[in-house]
Amino acid sequence: MAEIHTSTVPSDALDDCSVSKSEITARRLALVAGLLLLLVAPFLIYPVFIMKVLCFALFAAAFNLLIGYTGLLSFGHAAFFGGAAYFTAHSVKEWGVPPELGILIGTAGGAALGLIMGFFAIRRQGIYFSMITLSLAQMFFFFCLQAKFTHGEDGIQSVPRGHLFGFIDLSQPFAMYYTVAAIFLIGVFIIWRFVHSPFGMILKSIRENEQRAISLGYSVARYKLGAFVMSAALAGLAGGTKALVFQFATLTDVGWQTSGEVILMTLLGGIGTMLGPILGSAIVVMLGNYLATTGFPVTIITGAVFMICVLVFRRGVVGELAASRIGRKFGLARWL
Amino acid sequence: MTMVFGVPLPALLGQLLIGLINGSFYALLSLGLAIIFGLLRMINFAHGAQYMLGAFTAYLLLHFAGIGYWPALILTPIIVGVFGAVIERLFLQRLYGLDPLYGLLFTFGLALMLEGIFRYYYGASGQPYATPPSLAGGTNLGFMFLPNYRGWVVVASLVVCIGTWLLIEKTKLGAYLRAATENSTLVQAFGVNVPILLTLTYGLGVALAAFAGVLAAPIYQVSPLMGSNIIIVVFAVVVVGGMGSILGAIVTGYVLGITEGLTKVFYPEASNTVIFVIMAIVLLVRPAGLFGRE
Repeated sequence: MAEIHTSTVPSDALDDCSVSKSEITARRLALVAGLLLLLVAPFLIYPVFIMKVLCFALFAAAFNLLIGYTGLLSFGHAAFFGGAAYFTAHSVKEWGVPPELGILIGTAGGAALGLIMGFFAIRRQGIYFSMITLSLAQMFFFFCLQAKFTHGEDGIQSVPRGHLFGFIDLSQPFAMYYTVAAIFLIGVFIIWRFVHSPFGMILKSIRENEQRAISLGYSVARYKLGAFVMSAALAGLAGGTKALVFQFATLTDVGWQTSGEVILMTLLGGIGTMLGPILGSAIVVMLGNYLATTGFPVTIITGAVFMICVLVFRRGVVGELAASRIGRKFGLARWL
Repeated sequence: MTMVFGVPLPALLGQLLIGLINGSFYALLSLGLAIIFGLLRMINFAHGAQYMLGAFTAYLLLHFAGIGYWPALILTPIIVGVFGAVIERLFLQRLYGLDPLYGLLFTFGLALMLEGIFRYYYGASGQPYATPPSLAGGTNLGFMFLPNYRGWVVVASLVVCIGTWLLIEKTKLGAYLRAATENSTLVQAFGVNVPILLTLTYGLGVALAAFAGVLAAPIYQVSPLMGSNIIIVVFAVVVVGGMGSILGAIVTGYVLGITEGLTKVFYPEASNTVIFVIMAIVLLVRPAGLFGRE
């Protein structure tokens, strides 16, 4: 796994005491600027579009947790994203639960699916792992196609958004937007904490040298499963939120194309960086929206971007930026 | 009417035949994947798309050049195989030193692009491709009615699978290939041109996929989505069989195809998923796959 290009190695310096005071200030300023941007964004851009970006950004960040920090390429993350969308949509619409509980049910469902799929998938490594996750996700796709509660090809339509905590009316676009933004921030914060926790460090050591991690006495399988479930749960959080935003859950979200899309977002933005998946999903969603108006098939462009990324751009936008001359001068790798 | 386990015998045999035909395609495709993986250490995600490309090439040859089924059966694997070899020369060679995941991602992109191009021109619906007149009709075997073309598919895939196996096990070229699989640096030191061998191998694997595509054209409709529908199942087949053995890939392909056919008779709801379930069980019992080496 050593050849996967990530820029996480320098980012370990986050925990390093040698980071200068001015850098910490600069980093805080950048964080505040980002939060402000998130706050004013719905006044500048169509809110539904940003909400879509935020849902996919959280999804990609969750996926990145696995590929970027554990070195496992899952080709089946659509199962958690789309599955959670179904669980949330069904529980909100049919059982009438409040939206916050619906999203929690989606997240828990994603985690449960992750536990089952992970249990099988971590038995093999490398490309076998990818093929197994793909196959299991396809199995779940067929389950969704046939199960009664998903309504097959129609999907679950007109899901009510409801009232958050009983008093925030989510049918108001701005209320929905700030809820999604809050969920996104919480999700990203969890990922950030997770990656920089001792658990995350052990995951990185597994990525770098699995044999050595085993010889040091770590139960590698258990750590991998833990990361897999964590990633699946966060993908579920993103999927459940998306179901509320768009008020439907369909087969598209569980299909293998969605698994491919999230890989592209992460690869394009930068595997193993915090900001990469977020930026990557913004680019991919924007591209999809633009191409939808032209009638030109998205998959041709998606496929081409995939090929170009793999051939010349393996670190992704953020990773290449950090590795560039300017990036190294300003120590960007520690930031991103 | 003769009954077997509460199922009429003709229905059972009919599904068995369908299973055998699906198994023929699984075997041909997983054989190609195994050959490519053996030498290139890379999963060819575009295998399904190249199978689709085979079917479409036969279709286009018929409609634009008037070239019929039999010449197409020879020409198509050559055309698509050369296309594969060019892809290998231009792009895949740059990925050899890297993590195998990059090969998987590159070929995934290639598959998306090929599928997208054909969808753009032909839509998602299928194009019919007529059965060659010499194989139209069927034969009454006494206990069941066998459409001639389906019988031909089973025979042709068996012959090609065994032929490929013999090529790899019994010829000098195959010996080079097996040696390079074990230790390519050493083989190169002996004066064998390994880069050319890699190109040939990828071309051969792709040609097998294209051959399967032409065989499939008269049975299934020629559709841009035919490749992505089958490739994920073939991946499961490969996980079950393990990619260490050529013969293992072939046998697993046929056995799982037949199992799928039988499931359609006894428990139709599970016929889509049975291969994935078998994969999960094999992972529990024998993680390296039935014929795999760890």
